Amino acid sequence: MKRDPSSTTTDANRLPGAVPFRHDPDKRAVVFQIAALLLVALVSYYLFANTQANLERQSIATGFGFLDKEAGFEIGESVIDYSAADSYAAALLVGALNTIKVSFIGIVFTIIIGTLVGIARLSSNWLMAKLAAAYIELMQNIPVLLQLFFWYAIFYESFPAPRQALNPFDGVFLCNRGLIFAVPAAHPAHAAMGWALLAALTIGWGLHRWSSRRQARTGQIFPAIRVSMLLCILLPLLTWLLAGAPTAMDLPELRGFNFRGGVTVSPEFSALLLGLVFYTAAFVAEIVRAGIQSVGRGQVEAAMAVGLRPGQVLHLVIFPQALRVIIPPLTSQMLNLTKNSSLAIAIGYADFVAVTNTTINQTGQAIEGVALIMVVYLFFSLSTSVFMNWYNKRMALVER
Amino acid sequence: MSDPSRASSREYLKPPLTEVGVLGWLHGNLFNTWYNALLTVVILLLLWQLVPPFFSWAFIDSVWNSPAEACRDIDGACWSIIPRNISFILFGFFPDGEQWRPGLAIGLLLGLVFYSKDSRHWKKSLGGIWLVGLLVMATLMYGGIFGMPVVETARWSGLPLTFMLALFGMVAAYPLGVLLALGRRSNMPAIKTLCVIYIEMIRGVPLISLLFMSSILFPLFLPEGITIDKVLRAQVAIIMFTAAYIAEVVRGGLQAMPRGQFEAADSLGLNYNQTMRLVILPQALKIVIPPSVGILLSAFKDTSLVVIIALYDVLKTTKVTLSNPKWTGYSTEAYIFLAVLYFVCCYAMSSYSRKLERTLHTGR
Repeated sequence: MKRDPSSTTTDANRLPGAVPFRHDPDKRAVVFQIAALLLVALVSYYLFANTQANLERQSIATGFGFLDKEAGFEIGESVIDYSAADSYAAALLVGALNTIKVSFIGIVFTIIIGTLVGIARLSSNWLMAKLAAAYIELMQNIPVLLQLFFWYAIFYESFPAPRQALNPFDGVFLCNRGLIFAVPAAHPAHAAMGWALLAALTIGWGLHRWSSRRQARTGQIFPAIRVSMLLCILLPLLTWLLAGAPTAMDLPELRGFNFRGGVTVSPEFSALLLGLVFYTAAFVAEIVRAGIQSVGRGQVEAAMAVGLRPGQVLHLVIFPQALRVIIPPLTSQMLNLTKNSSLAIAIGYADFVAVTNTTINQTGQAIEGVALIMVVYLFFSLSTSVFMNWYNKRMALVER
Repeated sequence: MSDPSRASSREYLKPPLTEVGVLGWLHGNLFNTWYNALLTVVILLLLWQLVPPFFSWAFIDSVWNSPAEACRDIDGACWSIIPRNISFILFGFFPDGEQWRPGLAIGLLLGLVFYSKDSRHWKKSLGGIWLVGLLVMATLMYGGIFGMPVVETARWSGLPLTFMLALFGMVAAYPLGVLLALGRRSNMPAIKTLCVIYIEMIRGVPLISLLFMSSILFPLFLPEGITIDKVLRAQVAIIMFTAAYIAEVVRGGLQAMPRGQFEAADSLGLNYNQTMRLVILPQALKIVIPPSVGILLSAFKDTSLVVIIALYDVLKTTKVTLSNPKWTGYSTEAYIFLAVLYFVCCYAMSSYSRKLERTLHTGR
C-alpha cells in the first residue's frame, strides 16, 4: 500500500513556484535520503579505517588466502574424507556439510513429530490432548540451549562406558560414546536397490500425473498412490531377491575401549538432534493445529454431504486447505532449526560455526570468518524465501 | 395418532448413567470410540512405566540439602547441588557480602513487572516509574553511593545479567525497531532499501554470529585505545538482533491500519510526523502488544546464548558449578532446576501475552 502522506493535499492546490523549497515534500525527501546515505557511508568509512589501522597494528593478514593453507586440526565427524592435512577450505566444507546433515535429518523428524503432536493436541481423547498441550508448553518455554546441554549431559553422564553398554536389541548398543547399531554389510546389490527405488518413484510420479489427467477427463479413479507405494516396496525387494538375498550384517564389536564396525551416531550429534527436534516440533505442532483449525467446519460437512469417506475428506478437503496456512510458518520454523543448529558449538558438534570459530582462532582472521558464517546462513535464508515466494505464487493460482 | 392421556402422564426420565457424572465424563472424553479407549489404555500404561520411577528418583530417594559426599551413595536425585551453590548460580561473581543488592534489584524488577501487568496502570506515568526503577536498579548494581562499594560490570553475572540482557535488549531495541519499520514502509527508496537490507540480513543469520561479531569484531572496529566492556558489547548485539524482529512485528501492525486512517489524517492537514505520532502509531502499537511480549519471551530465552562467548549468565554459572569436581555428575538436577526457573518466567510471559490478545481484541 503506497501512499504519499502530504503530496495528496499539496498537489491539489499547488501553484507553480508557490511552495518554498523546504516545504516541498518531494525535494525534502531527496535531501533527506542523500543525508541518510552520506551518514551510512561516513560511519562505514570510519569503521573501515579503524579496522584497517587495527589490523595493520596487530599485523593480521586480510583476504581469503588462508583458505588454501593446511588446517592442521582434526574434526570429530565428517560426511566426506577429511584429515588435518587438508586445507581450511576443506575443513569449512566439512562443517557446512555437517550443518546440512543435522538440519536435514532434524527437519524430517521435526515435521513428523510436530504433525503428530499437533494432531494429538486436537484429539478427542482428553488424556492425549492434555499430554500434547503439556509437551508444547514445556518445550516452548525452555531455552533450546539448555535443552541441548540437558540431552548432552544425559549422554555423557547417565549412559555407561562402552564395556557396560546398554543393549536393548540385538546389534544396537547405547553408551557414552553414542548410539551404535548394525547395518547390512556393503554389497553391490544395495546400489541396484537404490536405482530400483528411484525407478519406482519415477514410475509412481508418472502414474500420478496420468491418473489425475484421466480423472479430470473421464472421471474414472485409479489408485495411483497405493500402486506407487506398492511399487516402491516391490521393486527394491525384487532386486534384492534377484541379487541372491544378501543378509550379511556389519555388527558392532567391542574392541578395547570402543566399538568397531556398524554405524556410530555420536553423542554430540544425537544431543543436538534431540534438542533441536523436540524444541522445534513444539512450534510446528502449534502451526499444524492452527492450520487444521483454520479449515471451516462447513468444509468438512459439505465434503461428507457429497459422500466422501473420512479418509477422502482429510486427503481431498482438509489437507489442501490447511497446507496453505501451514507451509509459510512451517518454512520459517525449518529456517529457525537450521539457524539454531549453530548452537552445536556449545556441545562440541563440528558444524559450520564451530569449524569457522576454530579457523578464526588459528588464523586470527575474524572478519573473514564472521563474514563467511553470515554469507552461508544468508544463503540458506534467501533460498528459503525464494522457495516461499514460488510456493505462494503457486498457491495463489489455486485460489479463486 | 398420539394418545393424549400418555402425553400428560409422561414421566421425567433420568439421563443414562453412562452420560453424566464421572462415568459420563470418562465415556465422553477417554472411551468414546474403540481406538480412543485403546489409546487411553496405552497412554496410562506408558505413564505407569515412567512417572513412578521419576517420582521416586526426584522425591523419595533424593536428598535436598546435604554435603556433596552424601550424594555418592544414594540412588535418587541430588538436589543438594542447588541450595549449596545457590548464591553462585544466581549472582555469580558478585561480591559475597553485597549479594543483597542484586537480590533487591531483581525483587524491584519483579514488582515493577507485576505493577505494569494491569492495563489500568498503562498511563504516561508508567514510563516515568520504569525509568526511576531502572535507575534505582542500576545504582543498586553498580554502587558507589550510600556507602555501597562499586561493583564493576565485569562482575555482574548470574540471574541479574540474564534479566538485564533481555530487558535492556527489549527497551533499547523497541524505538529502533519502530524506526526500522517506518523506514521499511517509507516511500523514499534509499531509506527503504537500507532498512530492508538491515532487517533481512539480521533475520537471516543466527544470533551466534552477531555475538561472535560483538566479541571479536567490535574491538577491531573501534579506534585504538577505546575499549568497550564485553557485557555491553553483547548487549549491543542483542539489541541489534531484537530490533530487526521488532521491526517486522511493528510492520505487521502498520500494515493492519486501514487506509482510511491515513486519509483522515491527511484531510485534517497533519504532516507525516503528526500522522504517525498522533494517529497511526498509537493504534498500530496497541495491536502489536501481544506479539511484542512474544519477542521479549524469545529475547529472554536467547540471552542464554551468551554462554558461548563466555559471559556468566545463569546458565554459565550453573555450568561452572557443575565443573567443580565435588559436584560433577549432577547435571540433570542442575539443569532441571534451571529449566523450572526459565519455564516459570517464560510461561508467565506467554500466558500473559495470550490473555492480552483476548482482552485487547476489542474488534474495530
